[in-house]
Amino acid sequence: MKTGLVGALVAGVLALLAALQHAAAQGEPLRIGFLTVRTGALAAGGKQMEEGIQLFLKERNYMLAGRKVELIIADTGGTPPQAKAKTQELVEKDRVHVIIGPLATFEALAIDDYIKQAQVPLITPTSAAQKDLAQQKLNDYVIHAVGTAAQPMHVLGDFAAKKLGVKRVVTVADDFTYGHEGTAGFQHAFEDGGGKVVQKLWPPLNVADYGSYVGQIKADSDGLYAGFAGINGLRFLKQYSEYQAGKRSIFGNPTCVDEGVLRNMGDEALGVYSASWYSAALDTPENKRFVDAVLGEYKVVPGFYTVGTYVAGVYLETALAAVKGRFEDKAAFLKALHEARVEKSPMGPIRIDEYGKAILTIYVRKVERRDGRLVNAIVAAYPNVTQFFNYDPKQFLAAPVYSRDYPPAKNLEP
Amino acid sequence: MIRPRTGAALAVAALLALPWIGGDYYVNLASQVLIAAVLALSLNLLVGYAGLISLGHAAWLGLAAYFCAGFSLKLGLGHLSAAVLALVCTTLAAALTGLVALRASGLGFLMITLAVGQVLWGLAFRWAAVTNGDNGLSGVTRPAPFGIDLNGATAFYYFALAVAGVAAAAMALIVNSAFGALLRGTRDQPRRMSALGHDVWLVRYLAFVAAGFFGAVAGLLFVYYNKYIHPQSLSLTSSAEILLMVIAGGPGTLAGPVVGAAVVVLLKSWISSYVERWNMLLGFVFLAIVLFMPDGLVPGLRRAWRRLSGESA
Repeated sequence: MKTGLVGALVAGVLALLAALQHAAAQGEPLRIGFLTVRTGALAAGGKQMEEGIQLFLKERNYMLAGRKVELIIADTGGTPPQAKAKTQELVEKDRVHVIIGPLATFEALAIDDYIKQAQVPLITPTSAAQKDLAQQKLNDYVIHAVGTAAQPMHVLGDFAAKKLGVKRVVTVADDFTYGHEGTAGFQHAFEDGGGKVVQKLWPPLNVADYGSYVGQIKADSDGLYAGFAGINGLRFLKQYSEYQAGKRSIFGNPTCVDEGVLRNMGDEALGVYSASWYSAALDTPENKRFVDAVLGEYKVVPGFYTVGTYVAGVYLETALAAVKGRFEDKAAFLKALHEARVEKSPMGPIRIDEYGKAILTIYVRKVERRDGRLVNAIVAAYPNVTQFFNYDPKQFLAAPVYSRDYPPAKNLEP
Repeated sequence: MIRPRTGAALAVAALLALPWIGGDYYVNLASQVLIAAVLALSLNLLVGYAGLISLGHAAWLGLAAYFCAGFSLKLGLGHLSAAVLALVCTTLAAALTGLVALRASGLGFLMITLAVGQVLWGLAFRWAAVTNGDNGLSGVTRPAPFGIDLNGATAFYYFALAVAGVAAAAMALIVNSAFGALLRGTRDQPRRMSALGHDVWLVRYLAFVAAGFFGAVAGLLFVYYNKYIHPQSLSLTSSAEILLMVIAGGPGTLAGPVVGAAVVVLLKSWISSYVERWNMLLGFVFLAIVLFMPDGLVPGLRRAWRRLSGESA
């Protein structure tokens, strides 16, 4: 009885070993580690990220450039120590070859050193703050598939000043890095275009009521910049319209009227301008197919997180194709990840600059109602926008990083 | 039955041999458990031995980590001076806080520690010029004591093991000393202790400062391990987590907080890769502990073991 059991066990182990060897002979699969957030305040965005990557891999039947792909998902809980612990797990236990994620900038910062040490490429699929990995402490292993917080806001500021002739703008934005940097980018380009930022308001991230901020908005301003993340854009715009604080053009950051929150908005969002590297209303065959696929699979219109992650997948696929699927050659794979050029994606073409950040098309969008649904209609498209916009990269990098107080607002009125 | 001394020797041998058994991942996991264990042991001085429940203990970890990162990144100090200064400053901060917090005990003490913890957390978030706000402070490097590079998982593990061992031994000495007896006295019979001529306030105050100091030691290990510090580490959630480690493991015992720290870290970092709703699992585990072993895992298991061995004998 006992020997029989042992015999069966040995046979089983041998069979397993043989199977493993067989698999190794065919080339091991590409293991993609995926850092997302399933628990905590950021879980909604994390879910959309997961949908993006799952759809991408499903469409390709888990094959990229002729190699089988294995996706290993890890939940960071949206906290830096956990992000670090999970990244270590992906690298040291699951032996992943490339990582996609994480969601929040502070998570990316928490694992930056480790990524450099472990030498596993990381592709970030969501917005990256200006003040981070690639710019100040250049890390070859970190690749940004989408732009920085300020990148689309430069375009929007320029557009507001030069195309719409807006003169005096009040900015209201979430009081954290993402809000600071978006506002700074807008102000920089807007004031260089001839406009003036006359007032800057910073409601805390979790403020219960925007009434006191709406009440402070200067009556003689003709423009309003709204830089919000999560559902704050929804809450702010609602209160702004309820207070009937006057007529002015509203300029939002990508997440203010993102498709993820737009579906819950009403008339208050109509006419809001914003800028981003994506709009679900983008009229290209690639995007139409993408939107239909997401609608079919998840019954929602894709936004910021979904498309960012999907495109990170496309970017990875392009780089992998360039090395003919041979990711084992680490140096060549990394080089390909820096040099890949995505010609067609739901967002449009993308490539990476020498600082590891995306050069892409920025769309100026305006909320309109089509077939009873709010959409981000495209008003203008600026191709090949870099993180530096029209500024000289050397000067840009030499200047202090964007923050709450930089660039200084010289035109504030008491 | 295994005698305690043999058991301890086996445990030490297992801890020393761990890097030969597990891969880098498990070694790093063990380092995290060690850091959490020092932190939980330091809180245990208050919760277990002084009977003072604090909901702001993560503040000492965070403060020491921020001090250390700030001193080395902003002022350019070396590892040793930054570490020593961080310990001193954090202990001073704990000493100041103790003056306020120990005006109360029980619920009042809990609320004051909660408030102080939240203030420091808010400061870490808001005072962006110094703390870098939501981006956290990165770029901290690990020290190289006696020229040994600690960047490898195994080297750091032994470093953490040595520091945690010394810290745990120091805390064991404290609670087993005459002062420890006084401390337990103030927990169980404060009025009688006072009638016997002991200064209850001073005893509690010294325990509070000691807890702050050892919390700072954990903070140094934490910032060296992560090479990064973010306001989240000072948050109420983190403080509550430390308290859970102590309560789950068994307050007022030396092994309890260590076991509790291991349970929480393993559930959070290891089990969570296999179970999607790991928060729920964590909740159930705590529920089970509270229901079946209300005085914690270590006392509960010890009792169960005694009953079993008593029956078999």
